[in-house]
Amino acid sequence: MYLELDDIKKSFGEGENRAEVLKGITCGVEKGHICVLLGPSGSGKSTLLNIIGGIDTPDSGTVSIDGEKTAAMNEKQLSQYRRKHIGYVFQSYNLIPNLTVKENIEVGAYLSDKPLELDEIIKTLGLWEHKDKIPSQLSGGQQQRTAIGRAIIKNPDILLCDEPTGALDYNTSKEILKLIEDVNSKFGNTVIIVTHNDAIKLMADQVIKFRDGRIRHNDLNTVKTPAAELDW
Amino acid sequence: MAKTIIQMINIIKRYYIGQPNELQILNGISLDIHEGEFVSIVGASGSGKSTLMNMIGALDRPTEGEYFLDGTDISRLNDKQLSNIRNQKIGFVFQTFNLISRTNALKNVELPMMYAGVPRKERSRRAMELLELVGMKDRYTHQPNELSGGQKQRVAIARAMANDPAIILADEPTGALDTKTGHLVMNIFHKLHKQEGKTIVLITHSPELASETERIITISDGSVISDTLENTAENAGAENTEVSGE
Repeated sequence: MYLELDDIKKSFGEGENRAEVLKGITCGVEKGHICVLLGPSGSGKSTLLNIIGGIDTPDSGTVSIDGEKTAAMNEKQLSQYRRKHIGYVFQSYNLIPNLTVKENIEVGAYLSDKPLELDEIIKTLGLWEHKDKIPSQLSGGQQQRTAIGRAIIKNPDILLCDEPTGALDYNTSKEILKLIEDVNSKFGNTVIIVTHNDAIKLMADQVIKFRDGRIRHNDLNTVKTPAAELDW
Repeated sequence: MAKTIIQMINIIKRYYIGQPNELQILNGISLDIHEGEFVSIVGASGSGKSTLMNMIGALDRPTEGEYFLDGTDISRLNDKQLSNIRNQKIGFVFQTFNLISRTNALKNVELPMMYAGVPRKERSRRAMELLELVGMKDRYTHQPNELSGGQKQRVAIARAMANDPAIILADEPTGALDTKTGHLVMNIFHKLHKQEGKTIVLITHSPELASETERIITISDGSVISDTLENTAENAGAENTEVSGE
């Protein structure tokens, strides 16, 4: 397995307020797969995503990518791990308001050793005619496209998407999911999508269902539905 | 007289042009801001100050009127030219800091210099200098999530200074901070103004914050209703008349 999680546990709070958010998560994801982490709010899926992304650390258990354990890394190595291996897409786009579409995407390139070609990315994202606009001149979907561009231009091994369509309407959500699918097939990044939207699981290679900090189901899809054909 | 950095001549901004809901937000604003001034632009919500700030920051173009920013007429530029002007001439500071997450303070400050093509060594040298200027040198390896609000804003100010812009444009820079931390951040602006001779334009709804600056321009209903510089000039004129009269 490319990404391996072994008995990950995580709690927040102290004493009576202590809440165990992850109660021993063991699973793996193949390189180049799209994996959907599905579960209700508070099920621990975003915490797990942060642990995979190296922004949070587990209380116990290990994360390995391509055989490398993140727990064995020091702060500097961890920061390099994040920069080299991980791209992040959030529900809120976190774009810089005074920078254009092109410049916001370029931010990702500057922080990488092996960036993809800027113009090609902008075209793949369907943002070519908007490349010199600033975020306030864009729709929500265009802003999320820009944020995806910023995450993928550094050519991350793993693209982590935390509710990437959470702030978008139905049609725009489908466009964004199709874009993630296109990026996955074109650049071969492993993609992990956290969502509470059950319909999204059909576009995945692998679906992991969460409830109360535990994995309830971990299945491989034999047939994938293209994102454009999803319905909810 | 110091060089004029911002010259706005009868700026009008309308939205929904030609539609039934056409809206005029700026009603012909004229103002000059000179090199080395620390100016605040004050107005309530809906006064048009955010629209004015977008004009000053070259984030939007006026519908009518002329705007010369450090000698360049902004109203005639296309999107790409506007973005070049913004990167060269303006250092932005926002209420919500807008630092790049999971990227340390040093890299955040270096970022605008990467656009400007400054060589790597020179970039980190200048970024360290700027972090020292804002009192954040020993935090240079920290990422935004490891910094308090006030610390984030200090890093954002250092970033705004990176390419030695003609003006620092700060939009409610203390809006997300408590009073004490807000004062610390204001002190950084005072330092940049006094020590570095920076031209600073502060956009705020708070008359109290504005009173810390040497010139206050008040906006209401899309027009300038007062400008303390003009008052000072009139007073100075009056005094002169008296003196010559004696």
